[in-house]
Amino acid sequence: MRPIKGYDKPFLSALLREMLLIRRFEEKAGQMYGLKKIGGFCHLYNGQEAVCSGAAAGMQRGLDRLLTGYRDHGHAISLGLDPKTLMAELYGKATGCSKGKGGSMHMFDYAKGMWGGNGIVGGQIPLATGSAFAQKSQKDGGATIVFFGDGAIHQGAFHEAMNLAATWKLPVVFVCENNQYGMGSAVDRVSSVTDLYVKGQAYNIPSKMVDGMDVIAVYEEVKAAMDTARTKFEPSFLEIKTYRYKGHSMSDPAKYRTKEETEAFLAQDPILLLKGRMEEAKLLTEDQYKDLDRELKDLVMGCVEFAEASPEPGYEEIYTDIYV
Amino acid sequence: MAIITMREALRQALDEEMTRETGVVILGEEVAQYDGAYKVTKGLLEKYGPDRVIDTPITELGFTGLAVGAAFAGMRPVVEWMTFQFGLLAIDQLIHNAVKYRSMSGGQFKCPMVVRGPNGPAEFLGGQHSQSFASYFVHVPGFKVVAPSTPYDAKGLLKSAIRDDNPVIFLESEMNYGHKGEVPEGEYLIEIGKADLKREGNDVTLVSFSKPVAMCLQAAEELAKEGIQAEVVDLRSLVPLDEELVYASVRKTNRAVVVDEAWPKASVGSWIQAKIMQDCFDDLDAPVEFVASEDVPMPYNHTLELEVQPTVAKIVAAAKRALYRS
Ligand SMILES: Cc1ncc(C[n+]2csc(CCOP(=O)(O)OP(=O)(O)O)c2C)c(N)n1
Ligand SMILES: [Mg+2]
Repeated sequence: MRPIKGYDKPFLSALLREMLLIRRFEEKAGQMYGLKKIGGFCHLYNGQEAVCSGAAAGMQRGLDRLLTGYRDHGHAISLGLDPKTLMAELYGKATGCSKGKGGSMHMFDYAKGMWGGNGIVGGQIPLATGSAFAQKSQKDGGATIVFFGDGAIHQGAFHEAMNLAATWKLPVVFVCENNQYGMGSAVDRVSSVTDLYVKGQAYNIPSKMVDGMDVIAVYEEVKAAMDTARTKFEPSFLEIKTYRYKGHSMSDPAKYRTKEETEAFLAQDPILLLKGRMEEAKLLTEDQYKDLDRELKDLVMGCVEFAEASPEPGYEEIYTDIYV
Repeated sequence: MAIITMREALRQALDEEMTRETGVVILGEEVAQYDGAYKVTKGLLEKYGPDRVIDTPITELGFTGLAVGAAFAGMRPVVEWMTFQFGLLAIDQLIHNAVKYRSMSGGQFKCPMVVRGPNGPAEFLGGQHSQSFASYFVHVPGFKVVAPSTPYDAKGLLKSAIRDDNPVIFLESEMNYGHKGEVPEGEYLIEIGKADLKREGNDVTLVSFSKPVAMCLQAAEELAKEGIQAEVVDLRSLVPLDEELVYASVRKTNRAVVVDEAWPKASVGSWIQAKIMQDCFDDLDAPVEFVASEDVPMPYNHTLELEVQPTVAKIVAAAKRALYRS
C-alpha cells in the first residue's frame, strides 16, 4: 500500500466518495435488473472501483479522453457523468446519457471525454490510439487513456495498437484491468504468460504492474503515465491487478472460482482499505462514513426515481443520429 | 478539357482536399514512400510530408481503427486499403465503431472519414484477390457507399466524400486505374447520392455501377446495331441510392437489367432488382433481369475468370430477354 500521508483530506474524501458511489450505484443497478427494470447484458464493476477512480483522478479534465469496454458504469461516474443519466440509460430512457440508444455497455459523454464503453472485446483500443494520434496532430495538449480486460489482451487490436502507438510516439496510456477472469476463463487457462505487463516490452513501451486495490497506487501510476504521454508523446502500459466481486454479467453465478479466493479479495476491498487508512490517519470517523453511505444510498435511489419518471424515447427517434 | 487517367483524377482530388484542409491525412500501406500500390498517392508525400501522408505497418484493423478514432476527434482521415479484401481484417472497426458510435451515443459522435481502394474482380489473381465486397458495406446503416466508373465522377465524388461528415466507403476498381476520361481544369464536386445517365435510350434500362458500367455501354452499342436503344444508368452512389433517376428511366423504358460484378446472393444488384420490381411493378413489361458473377470463388484460369463475371454478351442477352427478343 502506498502511503496516504502526502494527500489532503478533500482529495482522499473525494476518492472515497466516488468509489462508494460506484459501489452503491452498481448494487442498485443489480437490484433493478433483478426486478426486470433493466435488461440485456449488464456487467457490474464491484471490486474494481479503485481502478477507474484512481485513474480519473490522474487525468486532466477537459483535455484528456477515456475509452473502455462494456463494464463502463464506473468509468462514466469517475469522469463526472451524472449518475441519474446513467441509471436512465440503463432503463433505456430518453434522458439517458446516450438518449436510451446505448444501454449498459455504451455510456457516452463526448464533451466530458467519455468516449464510451465498447461491446466488442478489444475494439476500443485502436480508437483510443486514433484519439491520441489526433491529439498529437492537432496539438491540443491532451492524452487518451484506454481500459480493457485481461481477456482483451490477446486480441490483435491490442497488439496492432500498441505497435502503432510506440512506432508513432502517441500520447496514449494502455491499461489492462486484470480482474483475473474473462467470463469464466482464468488468465492462466488462456494466456501463456500470467504477468500481462510483460507484453508491453515487445513494443518497447514502458510497462508496469500496479495494485488495483490501492487507489493511491493507481492514481500515482496513471498520473505519471498520462503526464509522460502529454509532455513527451510516449505511450505507457499498465497492468492493474484487480478482482470483480460479482459474476461476469448478471446471468453468471461465477461457479468457476472458489469461495476462499473470493473471500481473500473481499478482505482487500479497495473502498474499505482506503476507509481504514483514512480512519487511521484521523481523517474519517465511522460515523462520518455511515453518513456518507446513507447520503449515497439516497443519491442512487434518486437515480432510480429519475429513471422511472423519465419518458421513453419516441418512435420518431429511430431514424435520428445515424447520418450527420 | 484534359484527358486523364482514373488514378490521376483520384490523386488530384486528394491533393486539392489536402490543400484545402489540414485535417485531411492519408493513412495506408505503402501510400507514402512507395507512392501507393496503384500509385494513386504519387507525389503527395513530397508535397505534404510524412505527418500527413503516412505509411502504416501491415495492420489493417489497427490503422483503420486508429483513423476512426482520429475522425471522432475532428480530423478527416482518408484510409487507403491496398485492396478491399485486406480490409476484411478491419471491417469490425468500421461497422462497430465508425458507424455505431453516432447512434449508440445519441448523436454525440461523427466520423468524417473515407476508406478507399480497389474493390471487385481483377485479373489472374485467383480466389483471395478478386471479388466485390460492395454489399458488405451497403448492408450496414450508417455508411455512405460510392462506386464511380469514370475519372470525372471519381474526382468529384472523392472530393465530396472527403468533405462528408459520415464514413464514406469509396470503391475503386483495379482494372480501371488506367482508364482515361475528360476532367475539367477547375474545381468541381459531385453530390453523393446522384446517379448519372451515361447513355439515353427508350427500349431498356441497364443499371450498374463501377467497372461493369463500361460493359453496359458496350452492350448498348451492340444492341443499337439491332435497333434496340438501351439507356445506361450509372448509380455512382449505392448509399444513398438515387431511386428517383432509376425509377424514372424504368418508367420510360418499362424494362430493366441490373448488372453487378459481385456474387448474386444478397448482393447490391439483387437488392436493386427487388426494389425496381416492387416499386415499378405497374410500369414493367417484363421481369427485371439480373446479370451477376457466377456464385463461385474466382478461378485463376483467365478464360474461366472472365466467363464467371458479367460480360457484354451476357448483358446483351439479358436485355433481349427483357424485350422478349431472344
Ligand atoms: C470480439 C468479442 N468476442 C467475444 C465477446 C464476448 N465476451 C464479452 S466479455 C468477454 C470476456 C472478456 O473478458 P475481459 O477482457 O477480461 O474483461 P472483463 O469482463 O473481465 O472486464 C467475452 C468473451 C465479445 N463481446 N467480443
Ligand atoms: Mg477480466
